Amino acid sequence: MTSSMAEVRSRMTVDQRDAYLKGLVQRAKAAVPQELALETMRSRAEALLNEHAFPSARDEDWRFTDLADLLAIDFVAAGESSVSEADVADLRLSETAGAQVVVVNGRVSAERSQLQNLPDGVIVGSLRSHPDLQVVERLAQASGHHEVFTALNTVGFQDAVVVWLPRNTVVETPIQIIYVAQPEEPALLAQPRCLVVAESGSALTLIEDFSGPSAAPHFTNVVTELWLDANAQLTHSRIQREGAGTFHIGKTVVTQARDSQYIGTAVDFGSRLARHNWEIYQTGEQTTTKIYGLGAIAANQHIDTHSLVALSHPHGVVEQQHKVIVDDHAHSVFNGRMAVAQKAQLTSASQLNRNLLLSDKARVDTKPQLEIVADNVKCAHGATVSQLQADEIFYLQSRGISAPQAQRLLIYAFAMEMLETIAVETLRSRLAETISQWS
Amino acid sequence: MINENSDIILSVRDLRANVDGTEILKGLNLEVRAGEIHAIMGLNGSGKSTFSKVLAGHPDYEVTAGEIHFKGQDLLELDPHDRATAGIFLAFQYPLEIPGVSNRDFLRVAFNAHRKARGEDEIDVFDFDDLIEEKLNVVRMDASFLDRSVNEGFSGGEKKRNEILQMALLEPALAILDETDSGLDIDALKTVAGGVNQLSTPGNAVVLITHYQRMLDYIVPDYVHVMADGRIITTGGKDLAKELESRGYEWVLKEFRTGVTA
Repeated sequence: MTSSMAEVRSRMTVDQRDAYLKGLVQRAKAAVPQELALETMRSRAEALLNEHAFPSARDEDWRFTDLADLLAIDFVAAGESSVSEADVADLRLSETAGAQVVVVNGRVSAERSQLQNLPDGVIVGSLRSHPDLQVVERLAQASGHHEVFTALNTVGFQDAVVVWLPRNTVVETPIQIIYVAQPEEPALLAQPRCLVVAESGSALTLIEDFSGPSAAPHFTNVVTELWLDANAQLTHSRIQREGAGTFHIGKTVVTQARDSQYIGTAVDFGSRLARHNWEIYQTGEQTTTKIYGLGAIAANQHIDTHSLVALSHPHGVVEQQHKVIVDDHAHSVFNGRMAVAQKAQLTSASQLNRNLLLSDKARVDTKPQLEIVADNVKCAHGATVSQLQADEIFYLQSRGISAPQAQRLLIYAFAMEMLETIAVETLRSRLAETISQWS
Repeated sequence: MINENSDIILSVRDLRANVDGTEILKGLNLEVRAGEIHAIMGLNGSGKSTFSKVLAGHPDYEVTAGEIHFKGQDLLELDPHDRATAGIFLAFQYPLEIPGVSNRDFLRVAFNAHRKARGEDEIDVFDFDDLIEEKLNVVRMDASFLDRSVNEGFSGGEKKRNEILQMALLEPALAILDETDSGLDIDALKTVAGGVNQLSTPGNAVVLITHYQRMLDYIVPDYVHVMADGRIITTGGKDLAKELESRGYEWVLKEFRTGVTA
């Protein structure tokens, strides 16, 4: 029944999909607060949307991710909503005390944010509270903005979290952005936006934590732009554990100037459908990029990570590992593109994607995509799809460990390699706890 | 050490077992009493390793006939992990590598599974660390091994020592060493054998499965059995191993065939 309905929907005509997108754009646009008009930027994005179609399975980038179920819901733009302290208390990490921004359905909650523990000169908070900030050269200016969902966010975001570090500022306290999805009836489109500018020589740890306790239908369409100026360092954890009814489409775009270092870890546990477009653009030489992904999904969940690392200067170092645990009927998609241009000589790049299938109904589509033009580079890549090894389980059993416990131990071991890249202890151990309950 | 009044630990009667529908064990009989060390020797394909896997409960091996009693219990009724906590320990011929699980965590989880099966409380991390440091001496392992992933990147000798470390920790009533000596250099062999001797008590028993007589210079067996075609065809004392080493297996097989056909 459901599959035949999905088929009908996926056979929506191009015109129908265009009408759907236009409707979304109009509703999103109408909800933009006056003080954040940003007309030039928004009208450019809208013009772009007029030329682009809503993605379908015919688009190579969306071949394995069917948006038919999303198209069946007419989302309305979220407005102001509030969240109780009880709803966010558990999400606050002890390490980030005094450096926490709470965002509800795309809008910063001044009431819940706690920002007393930041060095002078560092800006953290709502763009609406910092109207004089010169964002025009940064906001929506990164590469990759000409994509439907990113443009939709640019047209309609109602607020933006800004994190701005002046030159040579080191922020010792990790900054945590808590994004709460609060579904309503009718279902909402929430469009959080985040802009991080780390000026040259600055350093910070950033946590983006997306959650939502409700299983009601909801659409989170988020864009995070991270700017690393020369010699800046950013350690970034992106945790997606939204509710079982959420469609989560996220863009993380990182622009790295020379000598900068970006270490990112993306964790996907939640949502019914989650797509993460993770794009890293190098704009100077000798940058270091390390990106790690961990997905753990079950039931009918679908996650899709499309990463792009674009290298255009010499002496770049890129390391990518992406690991996914797929249970029940869940489906994971990974497309890891690395573009090494002619000028990017002496690049050292590696990519590894490992998938653990826990059910014979689970599905994985993985595609490493290395486009190497430069001739003096070191590039390695690999992808594996496997099940838990019966011999490993037997070995553990032969030491007195029951089969279910052995299975949990092996899943935990598979996941921990990625979680260990998360610098903040409390977050790491909470995620490890989630994984240790998996079976 | 033979003591005819000691308890029977393992009793195997007319055991038959298949792998993938092919019969490998064809009527094996063996009795092991507390305090004894048994060596099972034989050519490749004689069924030695299959026998060890059947004892440990490997799911790929199907028992079709016969019975195995372990300390009076019907072993075939038990799941592999219950056999382990009941006191059976198999030192693997090829110990598995388990990336991402630290040796320390693995050993603690296994040890606590045994305690839980005995109705005891789990031991905490600190008490366990004290205990395991002590056990490391048995196999002369460095504590740094504890913080590496189980067997990952270990040399052949290190893997075998790690097996004996597990045996030292879990204190089984019956240890089955499946070709633990294969591929070991002489120093590693001495260490492993020394560990086994140290762990051997009047209350437990050891079954050594081996191709080679060499290990039996260091661990002296009370009985040497020769396996062929899925059963034990002859049994002798430690001198039988030396004879097999110098004369090969052909004469035993010949005697056996003559005996059977006669």
